[in-house]
Amino acid sequence: MSALRQIAFYGKGGIGKSTTSQNTLAALVEMDQKILIVGCDPKADSTRLILNTKMQETVIHMAAELGSVEDLELEDVMKIGYKGIKCTEAGGPEPGVGCAGRGVITAINFLEENGAYDDVDYVSYDVLGDVVCGGFAMPIRENKAQEIYIVMSGEMMALYAANNIAKGILKYANSGGVRLGGLICNERKTDQELELAEALSAKLGCKMIHFVPRDNIVQHAELRRETVIQYAPESQQAEEYRQLARKIHENSGKGVIPTPITMDELEQMLLDFGIMQSEEDRLAEIAKSEAKSA
Amino acid sequence: MAKDLEDGADHTSLIEEVLAAYPKKAQKRRAKHLSTAGPVEDGETEIVSKCDTVKSNVKSVPGVMTIRGCAYAGSKGVVWGPVKDMVHISHGPVGCGHYSWSQRRNYYTGTTGVDSFVTFQFTTDFQEKDIVFGGDKKLEKTIDEINELFPLSKAISVQSECPIGLIGDDIEAVAKKKKKDIGKTIVPVRCEGFRGVSQSLGHHIANDCIRDWVLDGEGSEYEATDYDVNIIGDYNIGGDAWSSRILLEEIGLNVVGSWSGDATLAEMENAPKAKLNLIHCYRSMNYICRHMEENHGVPWMEYNFFGPSQIAASLRAIAAKFDKTIQDKAEEVIAKYQPLVDEVLAKYKPRLEGKKVMLYVGGLRPRHVVTAYHDLGMEIAGTGYEFAHGDDYKRTGEYVKEGTLIYDDVTGYELEKFIEKIRPDLVGSGIKEKYPTQKMGIPFRQMHSWDYSGPYHGYDGFAIFARDMDLAINNPVWGLFDAPWKKSA
Repeated sequence: MSALRQIAFYGKGGIGKSTTSQNTLAALVEMDQKILIVGCDPKADSTRLILNTKMQETVIHMAAELGSVEDLELEDVMKIGYKGIKCTEAGGPEPGVGCAGRGVITAINFLEENGAYDDVDYVSYDVLGDVVCGGFAMPIRENKAQEIYIVMSGEMMALYAANNIAKGILKYANSGGVRLGGLICNERKTDQELELAEALSAKLGCKMIHFVPRDNIVQHAELRRETVIQYAPESQQAEEYRQLARKIHENSGKGVIPTPITMDELEQMLLDFGIMQSEEDRLAEIAKSEAKSA
Repeated sequence: MAKDLEDGADHTSLIEEVLAAYPKKAQKRRAKHLSTAGPVEDGETEIVSKCDTVKSNVKSVPGVMTIRGCAYAGSKGVVWGPVKDMVHISHGPVGCGHYSWSQRRNYYTGTTGVDSFVTFQFTTDFQEKDIVFGGDKKLEKTIDEINELFPLSKAISVQSECPIGLIGDDIEAVAKKKKKDIGKTIVPVRCEGFRGVSQSLGHHIANDCIRDWVLDGEGSEYEATDYDVNIIGDYNIGGDAWSSRILLEEIGLNVVGSWSGDATLAEMENAPKAKLNLIHCYRSMNYICRHMEENHGVPWMEYNFFGPSQIAASLRAIAAKFDKTIQDKAEEVIAKYQPLVDEVLAKYKPRLEGKKVMLYVGGLRPRHVVTAYHDLGMEIAGTGYEFAHGDDYKRTGEYVKEGTLIYDDVTGYELEKFIEKIRPDLVGSGIKEKYPTQKMGIPFRQMHSWDYSGPYHGYDGFAIFARDMDLAINNPVWGLFDAPWKKSA
């Protein structure tokens, strides 16, 4: 068994982190890798495609039911899914109450202390959209995930989010040794999407790991609570995820310390691509259309 | 034993010497908090010295030992805790409530555990799951349990500890809901310890909650007389409020509410009907006085019941707000107690005269007790506050003489050094300062808790105060302080 690799998927909310990560991990398990998934999102939807179930019991909910986290056994919260992938969900409170970040910290500590990390090749953290507080930065601190993969698209807000996450990684890169594995572009069919994603990865000084094309088959699989790998193993989309999995597997130890850019630089990049209008251009255009209608 | 101050009227060189141990930046910051009571400007008649030259009410310097408390201490420990027929929940993990349990000796009458709860400790005892899932449900359950176990409790206050603010629990919603359920006043207090620079903000928050959750309620049906007053900012430590109340009642006034020592919820609700608010601890309760003045038309005045000269002056000033019968009675009362005062002074003044005192306390005592010492012929060499604001230092000038050393939010090191250099005959401060001072061979009295004695307010209190100071200073143990072999050498 090679050394344990810990990776994490971050990205803007709704970008497809959970879908991308589960498909990738399903492809990795085909490569005979032993995998543990740690879902770090109170929504607890990081393992449903692997387990083919609705939602699994989370560490935090079970702990609350039994009294405290000390009363919990690993077997209570770890389920085995597709081809032996071990699945856990941190869980958390309903929206608007309590402290979900503390829940993530508690859950990860529990899993580590109780041997969930033994006898696996990969631990994969699936973290909610925004790193809103210290709790959600847990996977990138304290020598947990070594490589972070940012799932993004050509949409402006996804680019912003990717850049922000890179800032978070930079903050912990020197103290904890976390690195940016690279960007995974989940196609949204926006203008010049691939070029933009490549430009951003160049700015951040990291790799564009893979460009995952949009395919409705992902939806079909998801409605059946399955990954594409399981639902349609022969499909082109399944092949895309296998490629992504291979690239991540080969990317071991090749993560970088990112060089995030300023807001101005990011906007300039969008201007350069002609996606965003500068203020002057916009004013000129308004004047023109007003002149026309007058 | 006291050393004459070589600095004369100005402590500049002493302060410089003490500050010298600090790094430059800390020196600069701390220097602003240390000063000497200066001369008054021409035409100024209200004060006898100028003390508001020190900076105050700012963040303590990290790394030094401050003697301050937190907002939770200010609200639960000081303002709310003494209200006896209420249950005060320390909302959060168990430690804050447990380690501050019954620390302020707020005396009260009543049957503990039946209709009075001051010396009880209630907590929601937060566990990890309460942090993660929020503690509102647990709070509701706690309120229900309290209501069932202690049906004679009149109201409940929720004293927030730090985590409540961090996880954003909606304690106001719980308070409103439970008030409907059980029909009792529930007061949610956002006094998380991390708020503000000291306990002072906790006092303010607690006052605001009285305003919003008690005074803005249905109002009381109490019918006031023309002689109704409230005692505000007396926490009845060792019975202080009782020995004050006696005097006010003797001059013909009716004390409606005692805030908050030995107080009941009803007293607080009735308070706005009074004709005058008498405020002792200005720092912790001026806020509610200003509110009652603006919204209920109740004027307020400060008074001082430490030591006979201030008691007499205060009784006269209070009586002046009422008619001649009260004024005459005030004179009668002052005359009635004069023999007691004479007796106390005859016994203790010769034993205490000329002794130098250094004080470092909280809300009002660094200035209010000064004249009680003066009455005994003692002198104040230095004084300072833990959490005062500028207006407190201004008022300090009404009491302390020019040349008094003034120290704000003094650090453990600074206070020790000042004591070492000045070598006063007595230091009055808290429990943490007591033993280091006594080990230096200097008599000490706790001036927060009255060293488990008291009361010190009023004429009765003065007799006890004088005795206690004598006990400390003239204790024969100080004669045994030097090692016998050193003496013979």
